[in-house]
Amino acid sequence: MRYAETGYNLEIDLTRGSFDKIPTDPRLTELFLGGLGTNAKILWDRVPSETEPFSPDNLLIFGTGILCGTPAPSANRTIVSTFSPQTGLMAFSMMGGFWAPELKFAGYDKLIIRGKSPDLVYLWINGDKVEIRDASHLRGKGPLEVTELIKKELKDPKVQVAAIGLAGENKVFYSSIEHGRSSASRLGVGAVMGDKGLKAIVVRGKKDINVAHPEEFMNLCNEVLQYRNFRWENPIKGVPAILAGVGSPQEMALRDEEWHTTSFSWGHARTRRKGFWTKEVEEQWNNIQDKAIIRLISCYNCPNECGALISYPGLGTPTYMMKCYSKLTYVMGAMSNDLEFGYKIAGQAQEYGMDGYTNPQVMAFAVELYENGILTDKDMPGFPPRAPDGSDEERFFWLVKKIAHREGIGDVLANGVYWAARQIGKGAEEYDHNTTKKHEQMVIKLGMLNPIYYLLYGTGEKANITQIEGQIPQVPLPKDLREEFVTNWIQIPTGKEERFKQFMMEWGDEDKVFPYYPPPDLVCDLVEWQEIMHYIDDATGICAGMSSFLIKPPYHIHNIARMVSLGTGIDISEEELWEIANRNRTLLRAINVRRGVRRKDDEPPVDHWKRRFPDYEAKLKDEYYKFKGWNSDGIPTEETLDRLGLDYVAKDLKESGILGDGKTEGALETSSGGGSEK
Amino acid sequence: MRKITVININADKCMGCRACEVACSAFHASPKYSSTNPERSRIRVSYDQLNDIYLPVMGGEYTSAECNARYTITLNDKKYEECGFCRASCPSRDLFKDPDSGLPLRCDLCDNLDNGALDEPWCVKWCLNDALTFEEREEEGEEPEMLDDLEYGVRSLIDTHGLEKVVDAVTRISKRE
Repeated sequence: MRYAETGYNLEIDLTRGSFDKIPTDPRLTELFLGGLGTNAKILWDRVPSETEPFSPDNLLIFGTGILCGTPAPSANRTIVSTFSPQTGLMAFSMMGGFWAPELKFAGYDKLIIRGKSPDLVYLWINGDKVEIRDASHLRGKGPLEVTELIKKELKDPKVQVAAIGLAGENKVFYSSIEHGRSSASRLGVGAVMGDKGLKAIVVRGKKDINVAHPEEFMNLCNEVLQYRNFRWENPIKGVPAILAGVGSPQEMALRDEEWHTTSFSWGHARTRRKGFWTKEVEEQWNNIQDKAIIRLISCYNCPNECGALISYPGLGTPTYMMKCYSKLTYVMGAMSNDLEFGYKIAGQAQEYGMDGYTNPQVMAFAVELYENGILTDKDMPGFPPRAPDGSDEERFFWLVKKIAHREGIGDVLANGVYWAARQIGKGAEEYDHNTTKKHEQMVIKLGMLNPIYYLLYGTGEKANITQIEGQIPQVPLPKDLREEFVTNWIQIPTGKEERFKQFMMEWGDEDKVFPYYPPPDLVCDLVEWQEIMHYIDDATGICAGMSSFLIKPPYHIHNIARMVSLGTGIDISEEELWEIANRNRTLLRAINVRRGVRRKDDEPPVDHWKRRFPDYEAKLKDEYYKFKGWNSDGIPTEETLDRLGLDYVAKDLKESGILGDGKTEGALETSSGGGSEK
Repeated sequence: MRKITVININADKCMGCRACEVACSAFHASPKYSSTNPERSRIRVSYDQLNDIYLPVMGGEYTSAECNARYTITLNDKKYEECGFCRASCPSRDLFKDPDSGLPLRCDLCDNLDNGALDEPWCVKWCLNDALTFEEREEEGEEPEMLDDLEYGVRSLIDTHGLEKVVDAVTRISKRE
């Protein structure tokens, strides 16, 4: 018997209209665990590097984490993987909610979709019964509306639905796959689904998911919940409210928005409004939030309330569900002062199925081009004027509709800032200042280079900082709070305790400041810890909001290794779990390397910090590459790949001339990046 | 004196995570905690997210015939599922039936609190938001006889097929084995 997983994938070919239930190789579980890891393995094996994202041969994979469907608290993530129309690289997007556990209960670990349907269809996976059904009556409708219609059509209120909106159907490069209040929204996974002619995937399951060591597994679940309560009652001192507790973060439950509104940049990631959060704003926004939120809601088997049901008379959109900080992204992008605007437009954009991070930035970019005469009334006939208070709310409503419909200028903007800038030309490229690897980044602009975040942003394969960062505060703690912080810091990996505690104790002292502190070797250690914990979550399906995104999370390397072992029956030590995550991370890197990623691409947005140190940054990159076992151009070496059991990857990279045959290739003589001429 | 046990459901506090279903189905697995399947849970959250309906309901007694009339309730402008407040395992619906055997599922208070090993039922224990709370009190009267799961299932088979047919079937099977 297979434990924690079902041992089957469901393969759908939309061109032929066929499906197969395929048993999976247990050896792959031992090597890659599940979720992202096994998704990546399938993409490496089956999608050649020249396959276009909108080719029928591109796969769209819905993977579940290995712990999804077990009682492991907060293990509910669906990991969607494909190739992104925006970046051309491996798209990596995940969602919480209820979909992944339901797929497990239906009897599958993954859903793998290939081909294209000539007509718009939806999938109905009812345990062993699988149907491809006509979806022409759902065309143009929003995901929530689609969900309600399908529930009625199938006469089952307990089905779980993942659907795209109009933006996905129109292949907007940053369209999302929506599921209730959750969404897989980064990197255009919705566009790939739309390209395949797939409107929705409906799942219902009634089978068991087994665990190998039931009693101990359940005890460990109880420990995690107890620690979550402890952390809830003991918030971390000296960090912003949203980082102090547990959750991803519990943005909807919190009303203190000082940190986001004053630390992040407004408009097209240009303007800090340090004095924004006044008493009056606080009072006004609290009233709006209290009025808008009917109920705080959570995902499958998770005690945190990161989402909310949103509705009130006069909102102008139907009731919907919201999560995370999308209530602010539109407000800040439009230089609005009104939280109500955020609730209104986020509701609309969600029903179109668009990424709440990228979308406001693209619109603010268009506003900026218009203000600077690069886009004119000729390009945008009927574009509303700026409001007297300086806000662009009406313009955003105008733009979001154009983009979702790919109408006029919207057809260009629908490709995201990077591509739109190049299509528009006339100097528009100069305004593409906040993307990494062609993808919009968090709207943060700071002063002094942060060496840790330099590597997190630059080298991260996931192009989304909240899915890379975690574990440590983002700035040094006040001196008097440090001792308390490092006491009972149980999350640190074995062997690193002294090193990381000493770091937290001295970080911020007079000579222990950015950019030269922490020193490169310590930076590498800290970066690896942060990203490895995310890669573990992405394989287990545990939410980062109970784990890798947090400071002092309920889940950590020690108890996850135990939980995976007890759940799967495969004995996996901490070191082995670390290695699995490292293997997955390296494979992802190799997939992107095969698609052209090199050292020169590993750069944060150009103006992320005012004070940059090119030589030192190059040194950081060199050190990190060496630390990861990559050559100076950011390509994993043969030795590294062999060590991780990825010898077939090394062979492929060598055959295609990407890797030379010398194992010490690219010794660190280059220090200014772009060393691809070897 | 008899002991009365009450699970208080505060539907206003329910946030729809269904941890109660997870914990219940794990406890009732055999061996204990060895599998999870909300469909086997004896507590289900009836939810209609956009209409703000989140209602945990524990499986109650099995009934062999449905009521003469079904009912719906609209409360505070919210229309709840048909017979949504009813706890019965009933021929009118799939709720509280084992997905494989079709036999009724009902809350047995974690088999009477795991013979004293638990101080509250698993669904309450895993509801960290206190939508579910637990209380016990004593009242005049005698303890009612509780059927165990097996007897309860056989009783439902007898109701459906008649005692004679069930006895015949059991006899046939026992001869074969």
